[in-house]
Amino acid sequence: MKHPIGLSIRNGTKVYPGTIALSDADFDLHLGAVNVLVGENGAGKSTMMKVIAGVEQLTDGKIFVGDEQVTFKTTEEAARYGIGIVFQELNLFPNLTVAENIFIAREKTRGHIDIDKNAQRERTRALMERLEQDIDPDDLVGDLRVGQQQIVEIAKSLAHNARILILDEPTSALSAAEVEILFRVIYDLKSDGVGIVYISHRLEELIKIGDYITVLRDGVITGARSMEGVDVDWIVRNMIGESGKDFAKEIEHPFGEEVFRAEHVSLGSSGGGLLVDDVSLSLKHGEILGIYGLMGAGRSEFLECAIGRHPQAMGKLFIDGELLSEKTVAGRIKRGLALIPEDRKNDGLVQILSIRENMTLSSLMQFTRGFHMSLAREKSTVADFVKRMTIKIASPENAVSSLSGGNQQKVVISKALMTGPKVLLMDEPSRGIDIGAKAEVFRVMRKLAAEGLGIIFVTSDLDEVMSLSDRILVMSNGRITGEFDRETATNGALVEASAIGHTTTTDNKEPA
Amino acid sequence: MADQTIAAPSSSSTDALLILLKARTFIALILVFVFFAVYAPNFLSTANMVIMSKHVALNAFLAIGMTFVIVSGGIDLSVGSIVGLCGMVTGYLLLNGIDIGLGWSLQFNTLEICLIVILVGVAIGAINGFLITTLNVAPFIATLGTLYVARGAAMLSSDGRTFPNLNGNAEYGSDTFRWIGTGEILGIPVSICMLIVVGLLAAYIATRTPLGRHIYAVGGNERAAGLSGIRVNRTKYFVYIFSGFCAALVGIIISSQLVAAHPATGDTFELNAIAAAVLGGTSMSGGRGRIGGTIIGAFVIGVLSDGLVMMGVSSFWQTVIKGLVIIAAVVIDQAQQRVQARVALQAQAAIDK
Repeated sequence: MKHPIGLSIRNGTKVYPGTIALSDADFDLHLGAVNVLVGENGAGKSTMMKVIAGVEQLTDGKIFVGDEQVTFKTTEEAARYGIGIVFQELNLFPNLTVAENIFIAREKTRGHIDIDKNAQRERTRALMERLEQDIDPDDLVGDLRVGQQQIVEIAKSLAHNARILILDEPTSALSAAEVEILFRVIYDLKSDGVGIVYISHRLEELIKIGDYITVLRDGVITGARSMEGVDVDWIVRNMIGESGKDFAKEIEHPFGEEVFRAEHVSLGSSGGGLLVDDVSLSLKHGEILGIYGLMGAGRSEFLECAIGRHPQAMGKLFIDGELLSEKTVAGRIKRGLALIPEDRKNDGLVQILSIRENMTLSSLMQFTRGFHMSLAREKSTVADFVKRMTIKIASPENAVSSLSGGNQQKVVISKALMTGPKVLLMDEPSRGIDIGAKAEVFRVMRKLAAEGLGIIFVTSDLDEVMSLSDRILVMSNGRITGEFDRETATNGALVEASAIGHTTTTDNKEPA
Repeated sequence: MADQTIAAPSSSSTDALLILLKARTFIALILVFVFFAVYAPNFLSTANMVIMSKHVALNAFLAIGMTFVIVSGGIDLSVGSIVGLCGMVTGYLLLNGIDIGLGWSLQFNTLEICLIVILVGVAIGAINGFLITTLNVAPFIATLGTLYVARGAAMLSSDGRTFPNLNGNAEYGSDTFRWIGTGEILGIPVSICMLIVVGLLAAYIATRTPLGRHIYAVGGNERAAGLSGIRVNRTKYFVYIFSGFCAALVGIIISSQLVAAHPATGDTFELNAIAAAVLGGTSMSGGRGRIGGTIIGAFVIGVLSDGLVMMGVSSFWQTVIKGLVIIAAVVIDQAQQRVQARVALQAQAAIDK
């Protein structure tokens, strides 16, 4: 066989209280190859990887490394067999430097006491060179962009000479240039004989990078083969058990008057320079405006300026032709703006509160007379939105943290819609949610636009921006570098525009 | 299908467990009560009940204010000192009035004195709020600072001496001051009546007003709350002001009960208030806690210490026992959170299939 099997699971079953996360799974992990793992959220991909990495243990079944049967009780035991994992949620310490993060809990020491900082720094520098990243070992991780943090996380696994490297959605936060670098690193590792497990929702990406593919649905492996001859249709069929869903069914509708206009919006960064550099745009009722760009292009920051998170931002905003003079988030929400933040966990939801309380957080005054809040009216409104948005919940009183990513996103969208907005600002609305929920979110966006809402959405997914937008703006380095309408937009043109003036990631050794 | 067969047998027992865990503070209160009723002589006598509830009320006031602060993600260490300072202000106003420098002084009646003292408490709360929001000082440090400042001011107000004989003066209309500490309304001590009013008010704010919801949201996730349009700073101002208000009430009640104001009054009261809140299920990391739970928590602590005194247990042992009870409460609280999360996840998993 071309690629030896480095690790295999036989009859793997994992039962959580109330659910079977993995059922009778047989999985072979090939060394020197990219083993792609795909499935909707909750299909059992992460569970399987957690078992391999020693985070969780199988309820039933066996794991073999070579011919030896093993059980990993801790991640350290797994690491001893050369298994490294990069979680989707980054496990980094923002208050420590890059080098300190990479060697955390495995510090290079002299006599087990004194940390050999120079050795760590040198090793880190070598790793960053290999990963083609211009990151200083002494930089604080908290100062890095999310994409760079992901690179640090990967470097961490590489530093421990992982023979098997599990990457859980590594590209969800990376820019196109950073993805290219990551792919080159993966090819490198492959030729060194490292077995890579690659989990992602981006199907095109999987087909491009994968050598073997395993599809999971509801804890059961529904397809496993080598990547030859696999196409998106085949993956989707195995994933959701039916032929592929379209992202957005077109609903043709005329646009109305201008609903939102931004004039010369600028935002300075704490380190000097401009995060948002003189951005002007306008949006009509019923229009979906897609903003495409790489991470750190200033897209999210522009939306944040619009909602009022940065009171020091410059520029003028207009709603329905009237100047938006309110400086606070509350004031702007009242005027008809609503933001769906990129980072659901930290910016979008209060995890400890119930689904109901999260949904109505922005619109409590609707249920309030004087200072008395009608809980009955709140409850019925929530029930109404749950039905409208087809959110799958056991009870609106459960903590919002018990929901899957897609349902959480629908809660955030419901919260925004309850304020009765005229303009919806959506920052990466499909990040970290499965393909079924994604299609539903997009359908909702289409429907809202048809009802006359203006929508600005930010994404780094080309397919998404192409299929969903009525008009596309491309941002790079804080500026708008391209404007396309649906007819003139092509993948190539968008990517080209997104690279204009981009110095930080594309200048270093970026191939043509 | 499969998941239902797994979930079904365990769900009824976990439900029962969850109810038991949720009611734990109440169960603890009943146990403590029954224990002392059996072992402590005269524990159930009316006189003892009245004395005990008066003790509990003082801590309960502070604990109610503290609950809001902790739920909002902060901490208020200054309440004990505010009690002391407010007691001193009360005493000073009763004895001296305010010298306006024209050879005569301004005297106040009971109501006016109470309002001025409450204003002092509210003002210190507002200072806490200002430090924490506008100047961005960590709540622990900010209120630690006001703890010292307020205590120092209380000492300075009398050079460390006690203001004695706060009987008031009928001429000024302040002779009714003693009624606050000793009077009764429909047979219920005034301080208990006040506690009932403040407790109901606080519970109402927590559960039925947007303000209350905002407090929980700010404590749960400040960033998300801000992006949802909640005025985070205003919410924080409120909780510290409310806490200062509660402390001022305690200052007034104590000086009326003792008919004297001593500048060291209220020392370490803040710790008892935090203990009561935690015992009642308030999470120190913010976002979770109930007024009802806090009041029950205050009763557990109060009944425990008074009962132990009546049994003749040494005060050293009392302190040890109080500490153990608080630790046990938090450990059980953790267990409840785990069970609750599991129940919610089970229910959700059944839906997701």
